[in-house]
Amino acid sequence: MPSSIQLTSTGRLKHFLTVSGLSKDLLTEILDTADSFIEVGERNIRNVPLLRGKTIVNLFFEASTRTRSTFELAAKRLSADVLNINISTSATSKGESLSDMLQNLEAMASDMFVVRHAQSGAAHFIANSVTPGVAIVNAGDGWHAHPTQAMLDMLTIRQKKGSFEGLKVAIIGDILHSRVARSQIRALNTLGVDEVRVIAPDTLLPKNLESLGVKVFNHLEQGLVDIDVVIMLRLQRERMQGALLPSEQEYYKLYGLTREKLKLAKADAIVMHPGPINRGVEIESEVADGNQSVILDQVTNGIAIRMAVMSMAMSGQSEQVNDDAMEQAR
Amino acid sequence: MPNKLNIQSMISSMATALEKYLKQHGIKSFELVGIRTGGVWVAHAVQKHMNNTQTLGELDISFYRDDFTQVGLNPKVSPSKLPFSPEDKHIILFDDVLMSGRTVRAAMNELFDYGRPASITLAVLVDLGRRELPIYPTIVGSELTLTKNEHIKLVGPDNLHFDIQRIDQSTP
Repeated sequence: MPSSIQLTSTGRLKHFLTVSGLSKDLLTEILDTADSFIEVGERNIRNVPLLRGKTIVNLFFEASTRTRSTFELAAKRLSADVLNINISTSATSKGESLSDMLQNLEAMASDMFVVRHAQSGAAHFIANSVTPGVAIVNAGDGWHAHPTQAMLDMLTIRQKKGSFEGLKVAIIGDILHSRVARSQIRALNTLGVDEVRVIAPDTLLPKNLESLGVKVFNHLEQGLVDIDVVIMLRLQRERMQGALLPSEQEYYKLYGLTREKLKLAKADAIVMHPGPINRGVEIESEVADGNQSVILDQVTNGIAIRMAVMSMAMSGQSEQVNDDAMEQAR
Repeated sequence: MPNKLNIQSMISSMATALEKYLKQHGIKSFELVGIRTGGVWVAHAVQKHMNNTQTLGELDISFYRDDFTQVGLNPKVSPSKLPFSPEDKHIILFDDVLMSGRTVRAAMNELFDYGRPASITLAVLVDLGRRELPIYPTIVGSELTLTKNEHIKLVGPDNLHFDIQRIDQSTP
């Protein structure tokens, strides 16, 4: 999908829909800005006045607790007004509810929409149709992308490992249904890690995955060797159609990350998981709570990344609107 | 003329003035805070003259600017560093160039988000006048008048000197 729609004419961010097509410099700018917001989160007063007077609408067509609440917290820490709208898509078909909804959005005169939708491309669709000056942030669309999750993972990796150079990263589990994995693979390769591996049974792997620049492994024991960063994915039971797996027990036996298997990775490897965790399905409890786990750091970093992306997109929109006004005045 | 600005003597007179001020006001304990980047350099230089070895606070006011909707977010923002709580402390706030007063306002807003200082004293290397807010420095290295199309920038951190640029206003 085209990414130029998310950039201003000078290459600044104005929507955040996907990491694909974004330069290493821009991804690094997001991480650096987030670092500054982490410092803000450690103060007495954790709010900055950056988006004071702006209205941000969290438009969630799909259930979410962690993502929605960290977006809400991020918006509030930027001093924006926040409106949460949770829409069930069960009554109407997804296409209809989306276009109906858009007309309502136009009437709300909001400055930013944070959109989660079960349909791939939903955020792009909305970004294409909103009034200039309104920023769209993708909070997950279908199987396509979850760019803020990927960036908070990148922030966590940079925090723990210092840089991306020379790192070997393994993404393990349900790659097929994972928008997180797609965004992570793109971000990791753009930021220049040494190697990205995916480890999963063939039934949970999309076709032509190698074209994204990853090495595919079917065996966890082989794939974990020499790894610096282990990214576990949730087994997406609600997206699982048909018998892609014999059973959850069987899956745990082959692909579950246990203390024993983690020993195959480097001794200082970190373990990540986007949550929510299925303990005993993809990861052993002791590993999820162990000292190599950085799962809770990911959640904290999620607020800073979302603050960074929202303020950068709002900034880009202002720039674009000012430029357009100058252009018209000429 | 601007080129004749002797920064070393300005720094030394700022240090003397600050010591005098602190003595007059009976301030024995204080903290030094610089506004990035020029203000931090000035704070360091003045501190050195005073033989003071306290760890400086550094503020990046990007998140507190009042022109966000006009100029957007600084792409090179870096985390503020305040190695102390300003709560009940006497703060000496440094910047390189004072003009509209908006940067100082933003810095004060940011400081208050860390705690409530006992006092804030403003120290600047150069005061250009042209104030847009009721903010005035207590310690000043030098006052300077520039024309509207002249811009001044402190270059550092080594061999601090001013770079003055003339921008021709050929475009409306």
